[in-house]
Amino acid sequence: MGKVLMKGNEAIGEAAIRAGCLNYFAYPITPQSEVAEYLASRMTEAGGVFLQGESEVAVSYMIFGAAACGERVFTPSSSPGISLMCEGISYITAAQCPAVFVNIMRGGPGLGGILPSQADYMQATKGGGHGDYKLLVMAPASVQEAVEMVMRAFPLAEKYRNPVMILGDGLIGQMMEPVEFLDHLKVEPTNKDDWATNGLDTRKSNTRNLVKTLYLNPEELNAHNLKLKAKYEKMEREEILYENFNLEGDYKALIVSYGTMSRVCRTAINNLKAKGLEVGMVRPQHLFPFPHKAILEAAEKQSCQAVLSVEMCMGQMVEDVERSVCGKRPVHWFGKCGGEVPSPEEVMEETQKLVN
Amino acid sequence: MGKTFQKPEALSDTITHYCPGCTHGVAHRLIAEVIDELGIRGRTVGVGPVGCAVLMYNYFTFDFQEAAHGRAPAMATGIKRVRPDLMVFTYQGDGDLASIGLSEIMHAANRGEKFTTIFINNAVYGMTGGQMAPTTMPDQRTTTSPFGRKVAEVGMPIKVAELLAALETPGYIVRQALVAPKYINRAKKAIKKAFTYQQENRCFSMVELISTCPTNWGMTPLDALKWAEEKMLPYYKLGEFKTPEAAEIEDPDS
Repeated sequence: MGKVLMKGNEAIGEAAIRAGCLNYFAYPITPQSEVAEYLASRMTEAGGVFLQGESEVAVSYMIFGAAACGERVFTPSSSPGISLMCEGISYITAAQCPAVFVNIMRGGPGLGGILPSQADYMQATKGGGHGDYKLLVMAPASVQEAVEMVMRAFPLAEKYRNPVMILGDGLIGQMMEPVEFLDHLKVEPTNKDDWATNGLDTRKSNTRNLVKTLYLNPEELNAHNLKLKAKYEKMEREEILYENFNLEGDYKALIVSYGTMSRVCRTAINNLKAKGLEVGMVRPQHLFPFPHKAILEAAEKQSCQAVLSVEMCMGQMVEDVERSVCGKRPVHWFGKCGGEVPSPEEVMEETQKLVN
Repeated sequence: MGKTFQKPEALSDTITHYCPGCTHGVAHRLIAEVIDELGIRGRTVGVGPVGCAVLMYNYFTFDFQEAAHGRAPAMATGIKRVRPDLMVFTYQGDGDLASIGLSEIMHAANRGEKFTTIFINNAVYGMTGGQMAPTTMPDQRTTTSPFGRKVAEVGMPIKVAELLAALETPGYIVRQALVAPKYINRAKKAIKKAFTYQQENRCFSMVELISTCPTNWGMTPLDALKWAEEKMLPYYKLGEFKTPEAAEIEDPDS
C-alpha cells in the first residue's frame, strides 16, 4: 500500500488496528475526538470493540479490565482527560498490564486551551498518578512517525507488561500529512497464559490468575516495586531513542526539542546555518527513557557554548536536560505555552543570544 | 450414603479475614455454589472491590481482578466487551458502589453490560472503620455521623436497586437479604437467576444483599441480624424490581 493523506488522529486510530489492536474505549475530548469518530465506524468494520465510556476515569478502568484479560487495547485522550486517567494508569502499571495511551496534548493547567501544547511532559514522564511508576513515553514529530510509534507501542507494552504513552502535541493529531502504514511493523502478541485473567479454560495450566495491586505486607510491596524498578532500568538500557541533527560540524549551541517543536527548530537551524551560525539538535523520540548520555556528549563538544531546551510549555523537559548536561554547559529554556508554536525566527533569535 | 454437603469447588480452603458474624462469608458461599451449579468456574472472572472484601480473591479458585474503589463495573465492562464468552461479576460494598462508584454502576447498567453485580449493603463503610455510607439509615450512628445520620444535612439513604430499576434499559434488578436462613435461600435463587441471565447474554443483573456489620455497628452478631431485619428491611424492600421479561413484553418493536 502506498501513501495516503490522513489527519494525525485518524492515522493513529488506523495504526492501532494495523497493529492488531481491536479494542478501543474512549471518551471524546478536543483535540483528539477524531480518533473516536474514525474508529466508531472503522473498528466495527474491522470486527473489533468500540465503546464510548461515561468518563475518562471509567475508560481507564475499561482499559485495565480488558488489558488484564491479555487483549490489546488502547485509548486516546487529551490533557485534562489524561489527568483523569492517571488513576487507572497507576493501577495498570502496578498490575503490570500492557496497554497503549495516546495523549494529544492541549494547553493547561485546568481547561487551559484547545491549541497545541507540550505541557504534559512531567505528567507523562514522571508519573502523573500516585506511586513509584514509569511509562515508556514516545514522542512523534510527524504523522508518519506517530503511526509507526503506535505500531511499535503494542509489542513494547507487552515486552515490559507496562503501559506505553504516545505523547503528541495537538498539531500531531490535527494536521494532515502523507502517511504509509508499514504492515511489517505488526508483531504478534506473546503468550499471556501465566498472568492474564481470561478464564481457567483458556489455558492449559490449572493455576488461576490474579491481577492485583494491593500488597499489605511492606516487604512484599517493596519487592513488588523493586520488580517494577528493574523493568524501568531495563527500558533505560534498551529503549532509548533519539535523533541527532547537524551534530557533525563545530556547532556553537545545542538545541534539545521534541515533537512538532523540533520541526520548527530544524528550520531555525537550517536558517542559522545559511547565516553562518552552526547549531546542533538532539531530538528525543522517547521521552522516557530519556537520552541523557547523548545530550551530555553533544553538549560537551568543545565548540558548544550553551544548551537550549525549546518546548511548547513553561519549561519542563529543561529539567531533564539540566540533569543530562550535569553543569558542564549553561542550560536555557525557550518556549511558549498558550497554544502558539514559537516561530523559526523566534528560535533563531533566542539561540543567537546564547553564543558569542 | 455419599456425601450430601460439601465445600463448593469455586471456594478455596483459605480461612477468611472477616469479623465474627459478618455476612460476607455467606455471600461468598452463595456465589461459589451458583458457579459450581452452573459449571462455569473455568470461564469466570471475578472483580473485587475496595473495602472489606478487597482480599476476596483469596477465597475463590477462579481468575480474579482487583479493582480500584468504585471502578469494578468499568473493569467488568472492559472484560466483558473484549471477552464476551467469559462470565464476569463484580462484588461491591455500599461505599464502593453507591458513593464513589455510582457513575460507573449507573452507566454499566444503562448500557446493559452483560455482567452481574453483587452489591453488599450493610449501611456503613466497613474496612475504613465504620464511617457513614450513602446507605446509612436515618439517625444511624457511625464514626462520621456520631449524632446519627441527619437527613436534613446529608439526605436520605440511596435505594440503589430502585435507582437502577428506573433505567429504561432491560435488566434484572433484585434486592434480597442475608439476615436469616429464609432470606438466604431467596438470595441464592436471585444470584443464580442473575448469573443465568448473564449466561443467556440477556441483560445486566444486580443483586443487592442487605447485610450486617456487627463490628462497626457495635452489636453482637445476633443483635446485628435483628437490627437489619427490623430497621433496614422496612426501608430497603426485598424483591425483584426489574426483570428482562417485563421489558421484553413492553418492547414496542417486538
